Amino acid sequence: MNQHIDAIVALSAILFSMGVLGVLTRKNAITIFMSVELMLNSVNLALVAFSRLHNDITGQMLVIFVMAIAAAEVAVGLAIVISIFRNRQTADVTEINLLRW
Amino acid sequence: MNIGLFGLVIALPLAGFLLNGALGLFNLLGWRSESRKPVVGWLASLAILVPFVVLLFIFLGMSAEDKSIVTYYRWFSVEDLNINIAYQIDSLSVLMGLMVTGIGFLIHVYSIGYMKHDEGFWRFFVYLNLFIFAMLNLIFADNLVLLFLGWEGVGLCSYLLIGFWYKQAFVNDAAIKAFVMNRIGDFAFLIGMFLIFKTVGSLSFDAINSNVGLFDESTLFWAGLFLFIGATGKSAQIPLYTWLPDAMAGPTPVSALIHAATMVTAGVYMVARLSPLFSANAELMMIVAVIGGLTALFAATIGLFQNDIKKVLAYSTVSQLGYMFLAAGVGAFPIAIFHVFTHAFFKACLFLGSGSVIHAMHDEQDIRNMGGLKKYLPQTYITFFIATFALAGFPLTAGFFSKDEILFRTFASGNYILWGLAIFSALLTAIYMMRLTSLTFYGKERFDSHKTHPHESPALMTLPLWILAAGALLVGFLGLPGVVAPTNWITTWLEPSVINVEGHASHFTEWALMALGSGLAIAGLFAGWKLYTTNLETVARLKASFSGLYNLIYNKYFVDETYDNVIVKPYSWISNSLMNNLENMLLYPLYGWTAKAVSGGAELIRFIQTGHTPTYVTFFIIGVVGVISLILFI
Amino acid sequence: MIVDILFYITALVAIISGLLVITGKSPVTSALSLVLNFFCIAFIYLMLEAQFLAIIQVIVYAGAIMVLFLFVIMLLNLQDDMTLFERFDLKKGFAVLLTGLFLLEIAYIFSLDSVSVAPKGVTGASFPELGTVESIGKYLFSDFVYPFEMISVVLLSAVVGAVVIAKKKVD
Repeated sequence: MNQHIDAIVALSAILFSMGVLGVLTRKNAITIFMSVELMLNSVNLALVAFSRLHNDITGQMLVIFVMAIAAAEVAVGLAIVISIFRNRQTADVTEINLLRW
Repeated sequence: MNIGLFGLVIALPLAGFLLNGALGLFNLLGWRSESRKPVVGWLASLAILVPFVVLLFIFLGMSAEDKSIVTYYRWFSVEDLNINIAYQIDSLSVLMGLMVTGIGFLIHVYSIGYMKHDEGFWRFFVYLNLFIFAMLNLIFADNLVLLFLGWEGVGLCSYLLIGFWYKQAFVNDAAIKAFVMNRIGDFAFLIGMFLIFKTVGSLSFDAINSNVGLFDESTLFWAGLFLFIGATGKSAQIPLYTWLPDAMAGPTPVSALIHAATMVTAGVYMVARLSPLFSANAELMMIVAVIGGLTALFAATIGLFQNDIKKVLAYSTVSQLGYMFLAAGVGAFPIAIFHVFTHAFFKACLFLGSGSVIHAMHDEQDIRNMGGLKKYLPQTYITFFIATFALAGFPLTAGFFSKDEILFRTFASGNYILWGLAIFSALLTAIYMMRLTSLTFYGKERFDSHKTHPHESPALMTLPLWILAAGALLVGFLGLPGVVAPTNWITTWLEPSVINVEGHASHFTEWALMALGSGLAIAGLFAGWKLYTTNLETVARLKASFSGLYNLIYNKYFVDETYDNVIVKPYSWISNSLMNNLENMLLYPLYGWTAKAVSGGAELIRFIQTGHTPTYVTFFIIGVVGVISLILFI
Repeated sequence: MIVDILFYITALVAIISGLLVITGKSPVTSALSLVLNFFCIAFIYLMLEAQFLAIIQVIVYAGAIMVLFLFVIMLLNLQDDMTLFERFDLKKGFAVLLTGLFLLEIAYIFSLDSVSVAPKGVTGASFPELGTVESIGKYLFSDFVYPFEMISVVLLSAVVGAVVIAKKKVD
């Protein structure tokens, strides 16, 4: 499997770029979240590949922590989406400009 | 010489200042108590008495040649400039320290009585203790910077105490005037200090006084001149003397302590401390002597016609300070310090006596409304009388010895014009002092005895008067003239510390000069008594016939008005025109343009602040791509 | 050989499902595609002999997190979103350009001689025991015990925060 490390890293880069594109183009907050998850997973993939390559457990440890953070982020993020949807009847980020004073 | 306890001398006044300041917080909290006043007062007095006792022990245990430097703390250090909190204990500084703490203590005690009914009682003693602390720093300083710290410290206390009754506008004006006039002098002082540092590379007195040879002629002259200008500010000499008469707006003990006995002599002390530097340049010495002599005469003439009891004494102080500079200028530095010493006694006594009079007259200060107070205030009268005679130079009083020695040295140095000025001033001094005494204590009562009931001050106030009067009679014997004793104590004591250029003249000349001085003093006293006790009409007639001269002198030669016209008015005119032209026409529009440019620029870039998360994310990604590009391609 | 083919098929499925995530019209489509993507990644983990992570990926990501997503989608009853190429405008063009640039840069980095995925001296030998539950557990509770404890606190605060933010206003 180790001869595929190059390919795995390339796959990781492609998935990450897809995540970026999703974040940039989608308007639905939930889809944006899913794109972010995609990016996180691509990074995890690269980490596991390198961990295997260097025979170092640290990469896999990092993946566990990334997953925990992702879980926390999704919980809080979705709570915010619910809260905004409740007040504004929309999850479209282009209609929400709370950051502007 | 045992100097183990010297730290107390510096620390206790500071401790008194802090402790009384803390006690004063109770007042601010609204917890006023009359019963706390004596505590505050005696605490402050004790904080001065203990240093006096310590200094007395040091004094008794030392010989004139002893000299030691105690270093407590490295203040700051820049390259070659090392400034320590270090104190120099030698014959000069110990003598001055004894004088300051001794007279300071008496005045503290006097103030407990004098300020009894004042609501700012604790504030007064806090300032006084701070003043003594600063003054002791000034006197014992081992280097010019620490001396300057004390110099500024006493200036600050002077400002605070002149403006003590700050609710009246003229009091504040006087305080600000004193502060500003001193600031002019201090500026010159700083320049002098820089010049010295540039040449010597150190600011400690030892280094300066032993390296006078390093100076080239002009640097030495300018350094000395600038330091001397600083001294004219602090010691109220021409041209910076005008603040001192106005400073009489402060409480009378302050006038006695700061504006007569101690602070104003700081300039003389500084000149004496740097006597090797000053005496190295003849022109410099000449300038010091001429300024001193002129001031002595100038102030004495003004003192002739003043009607405010404290103003007369203030001009008298200016005049006497002139004598001290005259002595320094002819090279008789120990005699200058001797006169500082004797003057402190009789002038403090006079001021405290005038305070007692003012106290008795319920804040009346105009001597035209006094007269005949002798029977109401017997103790004040006797002490005031003694001090007047001492100041006038009546034979065998303190003032006689010191002033006579100054006159003799001036004569012996060959400056006959200066001697003429000085001896004429001596005559005037006797006249105006006796005029003051006569108008105050003799003659008819010119006040409404139904409204005002003068009464003798309490023992707390008269006791210091008696001690000072005794000093005014006796301390002169420390410096017997050369014809009586070949060596006298004061010169012997001070010679290791300061330069003394001996004057030589035949014994006959000295006797003759002494006789002339005494004769003029007695004549002046007699004239003053005769004219102002019984012959007031004669005085009025004389005034009328010389009305031009009288008006000139009565209005103090219009010096204040001249300063106002020559300096203050053009200055405010320039300020105003700058305000109207530069400020309003150019600077204010400039501010407007700046503001417009900023808000216009902000208008241009505010479109990126959409408030939409996707925009920010886009910028974020641009940033990421940009940073990677930077790393890769640059 | 069979492993190679399996890997490439998996990678292809992962890319297609990823594309579906960002182009799917309905959020539900995106979510389900994402689940598929997660399964693919879990499968690659297995191939890399990271067994524990593969299981976690399925349970936590594909299971818990995605269920949460779907649950929220249904709760909010969201309308269909516009897809990427529907109403293609300048903004979206710029986004594609930017992403392309990013991808190109990554590719460029790996094309450099000085940078290689497998530096010299790294043999890439097989270490079958690396990804087992046993070794992960051993490290997690020894060397990584402080981060582990901290992450538990983070999770706890996230849970509390989510509850506070999402609950209806109580006035």
